Amino acid sequence: MRILVLFAHPRLRQSVVQRAMLAAIKGLDDVTIRDLYADYPDLMIDPRREQADLLGHDLLVLQHPLYWYSSPAIVKEWLDVVLEEGWAYGSGGDRLHGKFLLNAISTGGPQEAYHGKGRNRFPVRTLLAPFDQTAYLCGMGWLEPFVVHAGRKLDSAALSSRAERYRDLLVGLRDGRLDPHHHLAEGYTLPPSFPHATPQHADAV
Amino acid sequence: MPFDELLTGTFVYLAAAVIAAPVFARLGLGSVLGYLVAGVVIGPSVLGLTGEGADVLHFAEFGVTVMLFLVGLELQPDKLWALRKSIFGLGSLQVVLTALVIGAAAMQFGLAWQGALVAGLALAMSSTAIVLQSLNERGLFNTSAGRSSFAVLLFQDVAIIPMLALLPLLAALPAPTEESAVFAALPAWGRAIVVLAVVAAIVLAGRYLMQPLFRWIAGTGIREVFVAFALLIVVGITLLMQEVGLSAALGTFLAGVVLADSEYRHELEMDLQPFKGLLLAVFFIAVGSGVDFALLARMPVALLVTVLGFMALKLAVLWLLAVVFRMPRADASRFSFSLAQGGEFAFVLVAFAHGLSLIGVDEAGLLVAAVAISMAVSPLLMLADDKLLQPRLAPREDKRAADEIDAQGTEVIIAGHGRFGMTIVRLLQANGRSTVVLDHDAEQIEALRRFGFRVYYGDATRLDLLEAAGAKDAKVFVLAIDDRDRALTIATSVLRHFPHLRVFARAFDRVHAYQLLNLGVHSVHREMFGTSVDVGREVLTTLGAHPFEAQRAAALFKAHDERVVRESAAHQLDQSKLIDISRQSRAEIAYVLAHDVGEAKRDADRAWDTPERDEA
Repeated sequence: MRILVLFAHPRLRQSVVQRAMLAAIKGLDDVTIRDLYADYPDLMIDPRREQADLLGHDLLVLQHPLYWYSSPAIVKEWLDVVLEEGWAYGSGGDRLHGKFLLNAISTGGPQEAYHGKGRNRFPVRTLLAPFDQTAYLCGMGWLEPFVVHAGRKLDSAALSSRAERYRDLLVGLRDGRLDPHHHLAEGYTLPPSFPHATPQHADAV
Repeated sequence: MPFDELLTGTFVYLAAAVIAAPVFARLGLGSVLGYLVAGVVIGPSVLGLTGEGADVLHFAEFGVTVMLFLVGLELQPDKLWALRKSIFGLGSLQVVLTALVIGAAAMQFGLAWQGALVAGLALAMSSTAIVLQSLNERGLFNTSAGRSSFAVLLFQDVAIIPMLALLPLLAALPAPTEESAVFAALPAWGRAIVVLAVVAAIVLAGRYLMQPLFRWIAGTGIREVFVAFALLIVVGITLLMQEVGLSAALGTFLAGVVLADSEYRHELEMDLQPFKGLLLAVFFIAVGSGVDFALLARMPVALLVTVLGFMALKLAVLWLLAVVFRMPRADASRFSFSLAQGGEFAFVLVAFAHGLSLIGVDEAGLLVAAVAISMAVSPLLMLADDKLLQPRLAPREDKRAADEIDAQGTEVIIAGHGRFGMTIVRLLQANGRSTVVLDHDAEQIEALRRFGFRVYYGDATRLDLLEAAGAKDAKVFVLAIDDRDRALTIATSVLRHFPHLRVFARAFDRVHAYQLLNLGVHSVHREMFGTSVDVGREVLTTLGAHPFEAQRAAALFKAHDERVVRESAAHQLDQSKLIDISRQSRAEIAYVLAHDVGEAKRDADRAWDTPERDEA
């Protein structure tokens, strides 16, 4: 399985967790890492280039910190511009069918805060509903989000163990040791447009 | 000297220089040795092509004066201040100890104490010309050994003054003098005042008078006047110093130091460099041709003993001092071998002392010949140190060398500080990036320097100037000048000579952009393009387009056009040789317009163009 990681952090220098995660997956075979803010500092995302890149991969990872209970602006911009009607959804929009989407995010607050009775009132799973539905509309499988909570408060050993888990997840999926169908997000059911006949071979038709 | 003779002489000297220097440089022996050998060959002892070497030598000593001016330019006052311990500690000990040791040895050979002292003092001097030239040629001037050597040489330059003043006290006869009658007539305290006044005048003039003068002359844009003015400064100071009996080299050195902070520093360096080089070459040739082989034939043993003896003693004293001053062994060796020869001041001192009858004809001849021979073998000594001793003495990991490089830390060099370059400099400067600007607008430079910008007067077509601006260490070169042909010249030479630099260039139009791209310039920006697109975008907005839509349309258009420029650059390569620029421009516009129709349509902005998304 070929993996495309779209990474988004507007101030990479100040990030701790995202940098550690990025470092952990750097240089892996069949894992393409793209830095969206570096490629499009003026937010002028090139849809042709992005679509071509998507076609060459089976798993799309959106890796970013959680900002205001959602993604940094460029990720939203990317969704808006790249997932065109007639390409990603709608009539004839079948290019992403059978591929998978994974959110790999980091949060400032601890896990307890993301709870019905916690400070942030919603579980992360709920906050990510737009991605859930985006994957569903595009005929993709949505995997259980990979979340690092309260990363700034982690000591370096804990941080690197989280980063290693992230790498192990990607490597496992890449090598087929982990079956993505067993890692779908809790409560997510594959859309009817997902080609069930060939779950292992997820290339678009 | 009749004109014919002058021409013949010039021809012989230049020919000797042109033949000898490249050959010796190729052989890795250094140009100094080449000039010296060339001098021996054309001198009276071999081919006899030259007449009296003395006149030429005197004239060529002016080269040493120019050289010290240039050395001064390299040394800002604070750098000089940092050297004070070496100059007065190391320098004074070297002169005094060497003079005593050699003097004592000379007395063993039967000289009276006065004569021995003269010999000691004369032989304690080293050759500024040879040492600095050799250090520079090998890139060692800015190493710690190089700076220590320079400090000692500088002290010797200063020390020659009291020596010339004291020698007459040893003699019964009155001193012959080069000083003017008026000056000589003054009482001692009067002279002291005059000397101090002259020095003060040089410093003050350098500080306050030169700057506006340079600006005024640079403002006229007449290049040769600038060169003439540079020479005028050096010649003027030389005359002034001779008038009051001071070392001309010292005076010009002082002027150089005062001007080292000036923005015209690089330009001065560049203009005087060729004069210095040529004069020094003549100087070395003259020294070579002055070696008296007749004397060598008459008393070979005495001469050999003198040369070997004084150089060995000198070397020993230098090494001892190096150890006392805790130089690493490699530096100690380089320092000692660099300074072991006799110098041009020895000729002056010996002639002076002979005039006072402090030493006899034979001794004088012997000393002069010994010094000349030592100067001739000195490049060989330095070579031996370089090739044989340094590899053994230098520590395995030489981290010192990196520290020695004048860490100016220039990241970006910007050529041209007009309407275009200024914005770039301001943006970089505001973000703490170290930039050096080269421009030739004198008034601009003055204004910028007041705000702390590093701006130098000069022409970026000159490689040496670029090098002085730090091109070897910089990362980026921005070509922002407003002359399309010069821009191409500069781009070509920068790309060839500093391939590590990323070159950004301002292009005038598409055709110029093609030319720059085809030269290999990394990033080419048409000067009007960005602004025109901005205006077009605003017009779109005014016509009713939504500002954000207009912004995207403009950005897409820009990206499209820039891609077309890059793509067509290659295909223009052949055409550009055939068609003249204006026809090429017209053909180009047609090509671009034709291209726009299809391409722009295909690239039309489709983002958010999805009304039924919500229902999907």
